[in-house]
Amino acid sequence: MAVEIVDACVNCFACIDVCPSSAIDEGKSHMLVNAKKCTECEGDFADPQCASICPIETAILDSSGLAINPPGSLTGIPPEKMNAAIMEIKAR
Amino acid sequence: MELSVIEEAAEGGCSSSGCGSTDDQMTHLPDNIREKVQNHPCYSEEAHHYFARMHVAVAPACNIQCHYCNRKYDCANESRPGVVSELLSPEQAVKKVKAVAANIPQMTVLGIAGPGDPLANPERTFDTFRMLSEQTPDIKLCVSTNGLALPDAVEELSKHNIDHVTITINTLDPEIGAKIYPWIYWNGRRIRGVKGAKILIEQQQKGLEMLTAKGILVKVNSVMIPGVNEDHLKEVSRVVKAKGAFLHNVMPLIAEAEHGTFYGVMGQRSPEDSELQALQDECSGDMNMMRHCRQCRADAVGLLGEDRGEEFTLDKIEEMEIDYEAAMEKRAVIHEGIIESLNEKHAQKAAAAETTLVTPDKTYRPVLMAVATSGGGLINQHFGHATEFLVYEASANGVRFIGHRKVDQYCIGNDTCGEKESALAGSIRSLKGCEAVLCSKIGFEPWGLLEEAGIQPNGEYAMEPIEEAVLGVYNEMIEAGLLDEKSDDSQMISA
Repeated sequence: MAVEIVDACVNCFACIDVCPSSAIDEGKSHMLVNAKKCTECEGDFADPQCASICPIETAILDSSGLAINPPGSLTGIPPEKMNAAIMEIKAR
Repeated sequence: MELSVIEEAAEGGCSSSGCGSTDDQMTHLPDNIREKVQNHPCYSEEAHHYFARMHVAVAPACNIQCHYCNRKYDCANESRPGVVSELLSPEQAVKKVKAVAANIPQMTVLGIAGPGDPLANPERTFDTFRMLSEQTPDIKLCVSTNGLALPDAVEELSKHNIDHVTITINTLDPEIGAKIYPWIYWNGRRIRGVKGAKILIEQQQKGLEMLTAKGILVKVNSVMIPGVNEDHLKEVSRVVKAKGAFLHNVMPLIAEAEHGTFYGVMGQRSPEDSELQALQDECSGDMNMMRHCRQCRADAVGLLGEDRGEEFTLDKIEEMEIDYEAAMEKRAVIHEGIIESLNEKHAQKAAAAETTLVTPDKTYRPVLMAVATSGGGLINQHFGHATEFLVYEASANGVRFIGHRKVDQYCIGNDTCGEKESALAGSIRSLKGCEAVLCSKIGFEPWGLLEEAGIQPNGEYAMEPIEEAVLGVYNEMIEAGLLDEKSDDSQMISA
């Protein structure tokens, strides 16, 4: 049982500082979770701390592989609005 | 083709009319504070013409989300808060500070401003400050913060002799706060909406009170967000002043869809220059206002308005051998020289004001003028090289600094500039509301276009002090009868 950090991560170090199990290290292109150490904060906190401070949607997955912070959940930008903006900028 | 409009400065000094600046932002401050800020470019409008600053990007983590910020911050070409190219370790940061201080001796101030929140990275931030206060004792240290972790950091801040702190306070009202801050990270939880905003606001106010109680200088930054907090900021200004903040900096929201921020994508507009100026004027009844902020990057280097970060990338500083003892000696001489010439300037100004207090027989309307300068308080930049213009208001009360206008550079001295014409049009658009633009030189083509737009180009004051030049042009406008007619008002609006 462990969370996973994937390449959407922007290396802001916030998760490293708050992890109670010292389970996160700086990887080559993004932060990496040591699955042996990660407890998903069970017993320490109600929610995994890395996912509670992470500012980047979809950067952290739970043990079933789902994004703990799905698109739109942190910025408040509805995903369809974001996609429309990206399309518009590309079309310029 | 270029027209050289002027040779050398013809007559200097403020001979006839008393070049009193009404915006001597610092004059009412107690001496001990004035001493602390006289060489701080971010705290003193005057100092920002002469002294440089740098930020080191050692603090990537953040504990809140703001709707004007996108945490995918890595970008080389953008200039706005929260954006950096290279993250530094505290050791790398110290090396960079020494390299910059040795190569840009006018650099007096080192700030940690992100790209996240410095106090959400206490170890990296305070390690950097600790090393710098030991190794570069001639550099002022400052920090800027969203305030959430501030109360817990005040003790540590005061230990490192950090006497300048900036807190960004956008509101006192949790309902408004919920429209600016979608969440905060607090006591192990992500707290959203009004509840989160309320905690943030309480922490900011508590931190402000604790800092001023310790005699640490506090500047408050506020982002003006039309339709969200612009009316409320007058109240913010009043309250933070009452609690001892010594300077309030109201900045315009930066929001473009391509930044990927909530406000950018959702179409929240930024304020117009005139709206910002009006709000700053309204707040200034209560408070000392800052108008020269450039909203710089979290790794900016140089005078405000310029960024020399590319000269000091990690691989470049790696190769530099810095003798900091020697650099400090050189820096001290240069700083002393600048302060001396500033004091001379102040004395001259005071003397001139005493001898030439002429009450005009008639009051003329105020006029906005733009100035191209590359520092030193002089009109010393070619119109086409200006990446920004400083805007001054001339009136019966003298000359005061209003703010700056960013422009896209259209002339880089070769043929590679593609869309030259449209960039020039952009420059001219950025001067909206100004009736004259003062520069050292200007090309033939922009001269004509500026005149068509109702903005008088002027190269006659090249290498002269800005405020005297602006007053000179104002007096010429009065003498030429340009400010007599009522029809001038409509011209001002259309310009």
